[in-house]
Amino acid sequence: MALRLTQRNATQLRSLKRIRLVPWIVLIITTIISIWPMYWLFVTALTPTLFAIKTPPDIFPLHASFSNFQRLFSQTADYWSWAMNSLIVSLSITAFHIVFDTMSGYAFAKKSFPGRTILFWLIIGTLMVPAYVTLVPMYIVTRNLHLLNTLSAVILPGTASVFGIFLMRQYIQTLPSELLDAARIDGCGELRTFWYIVFPLSKPAIGALAIFTFVRNWNDFLWPLIVLNNSTRYTLPVGVASLQGEFSTDYGIIFAGAALAALPMIVFFLIFQRYFLEGVRMGALKG
Amino acid sequence: MSEAALERERAAKQPRSITTRITHFFKLYGWSYAFILPSMLAFAIFILIPVLWALLISFQNYDFAWDGTWAGFRNYINAFTTEDGAFLIAMRNTLYYTAITVTANIFVALLLSSLIQGRRKFWRGFFLAVYYLPAVTSAVIIALTWRWIYNSEFGLLNYLIGLVHIAPVRWLSDPNVVLNSITLSTVLAVPATGVVLFNAAMGSIPPEFYEAAKIDGAGAFRRWWHITLPLIKPTTLYLVVLYTIASFEVFEKVFIMVPSGVGNSAEVMITQIYENGFQQFRYGLASAQAFVLFLMIAAVAIVQFRFFRTDVEY
Repeated sequence: MALRLTQRNATQLRSLKRIRLVPWIVLIITTIISIWPMYWLFVTALTPTLFAIKTPPDIFPLHASFSNFQRLFSQTADYWSWAMNSLIVSLSITAFHIVFDTMSGYAFAKKSFPGRTILFWLIIGTLMVPAYVTLVPMYIVTRNLHLLNTLSAVILPGTASVFGIFLMRQYIQTLPSELLDAARIDGCGELRTFWYIVFPLSKPAIGALAIFTFVRNWNDFLWPLIVLNNSTRYTLPVGVASLQGEFSTDYGIIFAGAALAALPMIVFFLIFQRYFLEGVRMGALKG
Repeated sequence: MSEAALERERAAKQPRSITTRITHFFKLYGWSYAFILPSMLAFAIFILIPVLWALLISFQNYDFAWDGTWAGFRNYINAFTTEDGAFLIAMRNTLYYTAITVTANIFVALLLSSLIQGRRKFWRGFFLAVYYLPAVTSAVIIALTWRWIYNSEFGLLNYLIGLVHIAPVRWLSDPNVVLNSITLSTVLAVPATGVVLFNAAMGSIPPEFYEAAKIDGAGAFRRWWHITLPLIKPTTLYLVVLYTIASFEVFEKVFIMVPSGVGNSAEVMITQIYENGFQQFRYGLASAQAFVLFLMIAAVAIVQFRFFRTDVEY
C-alpha cells in the first residue's frame, strides 16, 4: 500500500516535471529564433565569402577569419566616414534633446503660462502624424537651402522629435514642487534652479531619453537615404545598404560592413541594458 | 486689511499702460517661454509647418517644381489610378502584412511574457535582454541578414527545408511567395517592446487577486484568462496601435530585401511614396498618397481605441 502510494507520487511528480519543462522549451526555442539573425550576421561576416557560398552552409564559423573586414577596408574608402557621420549626427541630435527637451518638459510640468495646454496638446497631436508625411516639403526646403548632401540636412530635422518633451514632462511632474519653491526662496534664479535642481533630479529620464534618441538616430534610414547622395556623406545604414549594390553577391564584404555597424549598438545595449528596458517601460514609443 | 494690501489692490485697479503690462507679462512668463522656445521652434519649423505645407502640395500640380496651378482632388484620384493601380496593390499588400504581423506579434508577446512571469528575476532579466537585443540593431541590417537567409541558392532556409526533402523555394523572387517571406521575417522576430511592456503590466497586478482566485479553486489557465488578460487590456490596446502603425510604415525590409521589386508583389505604401516622390519627383502625387496612408492609420487607431476601450482600474 505504502509502496504503491510512493510509486504513484513518483509518476505524478515526473509528469508534473514534464509539464514544467514546456515553458522552458518554448522560451529556449524562441530565444534561438529571435537571436538567430544576429548570430548569422556575425557568422557570415567572419566567414570568407568562398566558404559562405556553398551547400550545406556552415552553422558554426568553422573557417572564421577577418579577411572580409580587411577587404572591406581596402575596397571601400568611405567606411570610416560613414561611422564618423553617424556618430556626429546621433550625438548632435541627442545633445539637443537632452538639453532642450528637459527645459521644455520642465516648463510644461511645473510652470503655468498662457497657451500651455494648447501647445502641449498640439505636441501630443502631432505625435500621431507619421514622419513620412513631411518628407516632400522637408526635401524641398533642404534643396532650396542648398543643404542636400550635408550632415545638417540630417541633424536639423532630427531636433524636432516631440517624444522627448512628453517623456520629460511626465517625469518632471513627479518631482516635488516644494523643492523648486525652496530653491527660489533661497534666491536661486530660474536658470540656476533648472541647472542645479531640475536637471540632476531628472537624470533617470534623461538617461532613457538619451539612449533612445541616440539609437534611433544611429539606425535612421529613410531620411538620410533621401538627402545624402554622396558616398562620403552617408551615414552607416545608408552606407551599408549601398554595399549591397556595390558588391551584389560578395556577402562576406557586405556582412563585414553590416556587422561592424551593428556592433556599437549591441555593446551599448549590453552596458546600458537596464536603462533601455526601464526606458521602454517609461513609455518609449519606438524600439 | 493691511495698508500694503490696499495699496496693491488700488494699483491693480488702475488702468496700466500697455508697456507696463507687457513688462509685467514677461516678468511673469518670460522664463517659461524661454524654456520652451528652442523645442517649439524646432517643432514648428520641422513638423507643424511641413505637415500643413504637405497638405497644400497634395492639392497642387507639383512635379519637382510647382507650376502655380491647383489640382483639386486630382492627385488623390491619380494616387489610385497611376501605373494601373500600383498603389491599390501596395495598400492591399500593406494590409495583409499588417493583419498577420500585428496578430502574431501580440500573440507571441503575450505568450512569452506570460511564460517568463513565473521565472526567477535573473531569468526574467536574461530573456528580456535577449529578446530586446535585435531591436537595437538597424532594420537595414536585419533585412540584409534575412535576404541572405532567404537566398535561393546558398541560403540557410532552403538548406533547412532541404533536410526534410522540400524543394527549394525562390523566397524573394517568386511573385507568389515574396510578400509572405517578408511577413514571415517579421513574425519570426520576437516583439521586444511588447514582451517588456506586457511583463511590466503583468508584474504590477496585485498578487492578492491570484491568491483569492486560487482559494476559490481556479486553475492556472483560468487565472490567466480571467485576471491577467482583462487587467492588461490597456497595454494590449497600446501595443496593438503601436504595432499597427509600425506595420503600416514598413519600408526598410522591402527596400533592402527586394531592391528592384518583384513586379508589384512586394510593393508597400511607403515604397510607393518613396518611388513617386524621390525617384519620379511627383511631389503632389506622393504627398496625396502619404495623406491617404495617414488617414488609414488614423482610422484604424480610432477603431482600435473603440474596440479595446476599457474602464478597468486597479
